[in-house]
Amino acid sequence: MALSVITASTVSCSDEYTQRDIVYNIASENYFNSEDDYYNALVAAYDLMHATYPNVILGEIASDNTLAGGESANDVIGWQQVDQMIHTPVNSNIRDIWNWMFAGVNRANYILEFKDKTDFEGKEQIIAEARFLRAYYHFELVKWFGGIPLKGDARFQLGDETSIPRSSVPEVYASIQEDLLLAIEDLSTQAPQVGRATKGAAQALLGKAYLYDEKYSEAATVLEQVITSGNYMLVDDYNSIFEFEGENGPGSIFEVQYTEIQGASFDCLQCSEGNVAVGFSGPRNYDGPLFTSGFSFNLPTEEGASIFEEDDLREDVAILDMEEWNAETGATYTPGYNDTGYFNRKYIPRKRGENAAGDLNLTNPNNYRAIRYADVLLMAAEAFNKIGNDVKAREYLNEVRRRAFGDNDHDITASGETLFSFIQEERRRELFGEGHRFFDLVRTGRAAQEIEGFTPGKNEVFPIPLEEIEFANGNWEQNPQY
Amino acid sequence: MKSKLFLIAFAFISAICYAQEVTVSGQVNEAATGLSMPGVNINVKGTATNIVTDIDGKFSLAVPSGSTLVFSFIGFNTQEKVVTSSENITITLTENIQTLDEVVVIGYGTQKKRDITGAVGIVDSETIEDMHPVKIEQALQGTVTGVNITSQSGAPGAGLDIRIRGIASNGDASPLVLIDGYIGQLSDLNPNDIESITVLKDAQAGIYGTAGANGVVLVTTKKGRKNRKLEINYNAYIGMQETSRKLPLLNATEYALLLNESYANGGQAIPFPDVSGLGVGTDWQEEVFDSGVPIISHDISFRGGSDKITYSISASNIDQDGIVGGSKSHFDRNTARIGMTADLRDNLKLNTNVIYTDLNRQSFNENVLGSVLFNAINTPAIYSPFDENGDFTQLPIGGTGPGSNLGIEIINPLAQIANTFNDYDLRRFSGTFGADYEVVKDLTATARIGFNTSNANGRTFNKEVSYGGKVFDNVRSSVNQNAINDNDYTFDAYLTYVKSINEAHNFTGTLGTTIFKTFGEGLFATGFDVPNNSWEFADISLTTGFLDAKTASSYKYDERRLSYFGRLQYDYKGKYLLSAMLRRDSSTRFGPNNRVAYFPSVTGGWVISEEGFYGTNNILNRIKLRASYGLLGNDRIGDNAYVGLLNGEATYVLDGALVNGFAIGRLPNPDLVWEESEKFDVGLDLNFLNNKIDVVMDYFIDKKNDLLITNIPVSGILGTYGPGGQNPTANAGSVENRGFELGINYRDQIGDDFTYSIGYNVTFLRNEVTKVNNGTGFVEGGLFGLSTSATRMEVGEPLGYFYGYQMDGIFQNQEEVNAHPSQAELGAEAQPGDIRFVDVNGDGEITPDDRTNIGDPIPDAVMGLNLQFTYKGFDFAAYTFASLGNDMVRNYERTVTDVNRHSYILDRWTGEGTSNSVPRVTTGATTNNVFSSYFVEDASYLRIQNVQLGYTVNPDFIQKSGVTKLRIYAGVNNLYTFTEYKGYDPGASSGAPLASGIDYGFYPVPRTYLFGLNVNF
Repeated sequence: MALSVITASTVSCSDEYTQRDIVYNIASENYFNSEDDYYNALVAAYDLMHATYPNVILGEIASDNTLAGGESANDVIGWQQVDQMIHTPVNSNIRDIWNWMFAGVNRANYILEFKDKTDFEGKEQIIAEARFLRAYYHFELVKWFGGIPLKGDARFQLGDETSIPRSSVPEVYASIQEDLLLAIEDLSTQAPQVGRATKGAAQALLGKAYLYDEKYSEAATVLEQVITSGNYMLVDDYNSIFEFEGENGPGSIFEVQYTEIQGASFDCLQCSEGNVAVGFSGPRNYDGPLFTSGFSFNLPTEEGASIFEEDDLREDVAILDMEEWNAETGATYTPGYNDTGYFNRKYIPRKRGENAAGDLNLTNPNNYRAIRYADVLLMAAEAFNKIGNDVKAREYLNEVRRRAFGDNDHDITASGETLFSFIQEERRRELFGEGHRFFDLVRTGRAAQEIEGFTPGKNEVFPIPLEEIEFANGNWEQNPQY
Repeated sequence: MKSKLFLIAFAFISAICYAQEVTVSGQVNEAATGLSMPGVNINVKGTATNIVTDIDGKFSLAVPSGSTLVFSFIGFNTQEKVVTSSENITITLTENIQTLDEVVVIGYGTQKKRDITGAVGIVDSETIEDMHPVKIEQALQGTVTGVNITSQSGAPGAGLDIRIRGIASNGDASPLVLIDGYIGQLSDLNPNDIESITVLKDAQAGIYGTAGANGVVLVTTKKGRKNRKLEINYNAYIGMQETSRKLPLLNATEYALLLNESYANGGQAIPFPDVSGLGVGTDWQEEVFDSGVPIISHDISFRGGSDKITYSISASNIDQDGIVGGSKSHFDRNTARIGMTADLRDNLKLNTNVIYTDLNRQSFNENVLGSVLFNAINTPAIYSPFDENGDFTQLPIGGTGPGSNLGIEIINPLAQIANTFNDYDLRRFSGTFGADYEVVKDLTATARIGFNTSNANGRTFNKEVSYGGKVFDNVRSSVNQNAINDNDYTFDAYLTYVKSINEAHNFTGTLGTTIFKTFGEGLFATGFDVPNNSWEFADISLTTGFLDAKTASSYKYDERRLSYFGRLQYDYKGKYLLSAMLRRDSSTRFGPNNRVAYFPSVTGGWVISEEGFYGTNNILNRIKLRASYGLLGNDRIGDNAYVGLLNGEATYVLDGALVNGFAIGRLPNPDLVWEESEKFDVGLDLNFLNNKIDVVMDYFIDKKNDLLITNIPVSGILGTYGPGGQNPTANAGSVENRGFELGINYRDQIGDDFTYSIGYNVTFLRNEVTKVNNGTGFVEGGLFGLSTSATRMEVGEPLGYFYGYQMDGIFQNQEEVNAHPSQAELGAEAQPGDIRFVDVNGDGEITPDDRTNIGDPIPDAVMGLNLQFTYKGFDFAAYTFASLGNDMVRNYERTVTDVNRHSYILDRWTGEGTSNSVPRVTTGATTNNVFSSYFVEDASYLRIQNVQLGYTVNPDFIQKSGVTKLRIYAGVNNLYTFTEYKGYDPGASSGAPLASGIDYGFYPVPRTYLFGLNVNF
């Protein structure tokens, strides 16, 4: 009997036994067979937009606008070091930015790698969005780290880190501009769903990339197209922009969409569907109206809080002065490390809805207004100023100022270099707390004079994470002086 | 001719009859149980006269006066008795489990111990009975050379890790466990059901091919014996548990003074201007640790057999509460087992063994930041457990009050206990059915199927609760439920051919196949808004809320392995022994290109003492030299690592609602191949003084090539650090374990009443990584604090060694600071009182390049010393275990300014000359918290694992009640641990190869006082 079993099993059991299908799983190399497949991969590429939150908060901390804050001098040590400009290649927070933005690049590349596999109506829009997203992530990377490795329309493979060199900064900008130019062709003016990229978003991002790349006339042209499209306008009430009801408003060109309905934990901050930076920016132990508590990071400096002219309606929107607020409402909080009494009012936690999921600090639903129409106007003003068209420059600058003051009495009449300085100051005031300041200072060469501890020739970019230098095994050089 | 011979013989026997004859009758009993022994052979010494005892163990025979009767039974010590008159005698035979004729299970067959040529460790049922393990793994600690057991936690039901001959795999380093031949779970077994445990440590395990690289543990369950009357065995004990250690922590006044100093050093106002009246405050450990926590165990077994059938039926129950959290930390296990053998025909034998296990467990977060003990350690003594309303005190996250900067992770541990609700139930049915069929003489065919099928249900209730802004705040009640079904079967079919030629050349050939399949599925769901925010209502069926996000998930798997194997064993007169094995495996764990592999191995032995030239030596009776070499494999990595699957996280918000897409999860590695283990062993077995002393020593080299590393860190450009991403599994290195094992057992008796035995064993081990081919030459692992990688796998270093800055005392004054390279690169300029780090590379700066080897968690040597003695009715046993040279990282302290501290901080630097080992305290920026040797401690220890004193009541007193044996005993488990280590448990480990030495506040093993009895009917 046993013998017959042996004979039977030996005959029936060839190696086919170990060639089974994987059930209820989709293999990554056998995908992109339908419109749904492309759409689902696109959602994945958008997902990393959530993980751009440290770029914003740390960009702000790095600048002269805010201090790191937190609980103590050792709280989120990576941010503290950036605040003091003593950061090194060993910095898990800077490393997160590298890792997460490249995860975004790879997810966009996954779609582009298979862009020709299956055809369906509306594919161009999805491919264009993938290009927009890749450009967005590349732009973040080049701002933070300078030159980065580029793979083209394919995912990075194991071993590429030791063989693909870092492209130069101009090469990265060229890639970004090419992606956006292609995306502009196919993107529609109205997004198929709120939150997805539009033609305007790609044009605005392209204008910004030109500006960083110092291609001012190209920047002026493409930004002008956004302005003249008539699709965007400055909303009257500056304050309303940063409240929930102002999300995705007429002045919003591209906005990172967050929600509070799904829980999150410190184990995987990049997995949160909420805006993690907001919780970190809130006042400690806050008790009072409108806002809720946070971890008291990203505290406006005394100097930062003093940049607003009298009657500038933006001051009370950008800066929460706790002393005043307490006098007005009786609200209280506990000062943390580096306390200045000021908070970044645009992006601190608001009172939450019934569906808010914990950890509440990590799931604030505040969308990040990544590209605002005011930003586009100011970028256009700058570009036109640079190419000598100060009339246009002043027009756009003053459009922003008229909203800020609610009148025409504060128009700027200067020109040339003076106008340029006014535009930069206006950028700081208009975009305070929104993560642009550090990079504006760097690209305009003013970082060393404005940021304490900033070492020229070094701190313009952040160090490549030590781990990455090690993985590259000599293929990538560290940024200068790190 | 024939008839003539017969006549002569008859005449001869008749002649003897003329000598004076005596008639001896009596009974033979088994010492251990007091039961009668049928079938015992009785030989009249020097004659051919043999009889056997009857079914009741009785005998009667007439012999010449002065004859010597020899009583023998396989597996028992032979006893002689001289008879001079007609009398009724009772003979008690004791089992001799140490004999060289003992049969040892070696995988797809058995072998006599004398013929074993591999490195094999054996634990018998007596050791298991002595040690009272809750889980059977504990009985291997300190009793088998080359085996190290670490507990993940002292909590009831927590896992234990077995490591054979060091850590060699970066993935799953646990050995293969086979229960009566099928792949099983040690945790399911009632320890009293086990007859013996055999550990295959070297290439002997080669017959298991790709499953055997981490060694093999073979468990044999107790069987009934033929021709034995029903034997009922009942064992019970009750124990009281308490923590084996509490940490010395600061009291309220010490804490306040420390904080004042810390704030003053940081340039801040002191928080406690007046410390009088603070007193000692709350002892949080006292609050969370219970004592006298019960553990109760019962088991009963029925065994016996006729001449064709044997049976063994047993049931057990163990119920254990935890020393933290009482019944909320709980483990109970019920088992039932039926084992039977049946000789259907002379040439067809069936056997079966079926086990049902029901486990139930409730537990807390353990060994993580935020565990109950972590909170008990870090909560300052100035807080009381309850506020004036009788509610749990909420610990602040910050504020103006003194001692309120406790961060967002530390909560009142008592509130945490009260708000923790979970339940885990596992029901597993496992067993084997097999048949042996003697096809023709010498050729036996064996077929058997072993199986496991289990259903597990888990439930966690997340109560809506606020701790005042902590990460554990839960704004909405929910209940997570899961149902997991796991199944596997192992089908073995093999032929065994045994042939002896001229009683000199002995051959055993084995040829067969094994099919293994494991499959199952899991379903996970969450319901929101539990009625009344109460555990009683915590079931999805009663929840009322829902989420606009996916709250259910599932998985399914199907993994298979197909193997063919052959083995040839040969010996010449038991003097020269040789065994060769070959196994071919294919497994679904690997891609199509690498699915099949071959694993050869060979073992050999030479019994030098059998050689003619050796002669007879009464001191050194037996010498056996052994050697083995072989290749084994390991396929235990996650499933489907060779292929990319769209199981990452892809969630975004579009049109104001969550949308889910698909993203790649783990980065695939299509080139994955087997992890290959190359094992070499040379050993010597010595028996002295008539086998009173036996010595076993082995030297081994165990090389792992193509080491499978799961989640191997890779460059961020590959995108694996996105949501739901995972680093790939790769064959990225090699590790070598070299070691020496020595085991000595000595047993003897003094007079008739006093017997004793002493066992000592030691294993020296050296672990070295010999190759890491991922470009960087190292792989980083275990976290220190929240985000610092603290361990590495790197060429030339032990696996998982600690990589950080080397502390060189404390800066005593500013001159010393100035004289030393700047430490600013680490985050802050040094000040007097700060740790001085060694400029390892001598470049005049302290930078990350100065990190170096500052210890490793692998012990240099582990040893066990075990004693047993009996005197008349008394018996005593003691088991001790020591581990030397293992280091541990102190990582249970939270670096938040106002947390409580271990009292070693009282020895801190407070001014020049005050301390060179503990730095100053400050709230300011400091580099004292970077990972350095300051946080690495020697965790060598010596533990008295078990001490026990028993008394067996004289059988004459209890015979009338039908009880054949009654033994009562008292003992202590984990009586004491000698160590310099500051944390809870130097013997604990997370079990993960790259993070095993990091202590997040291990739950200490309980000390248990036991009282028990054994009764046989």
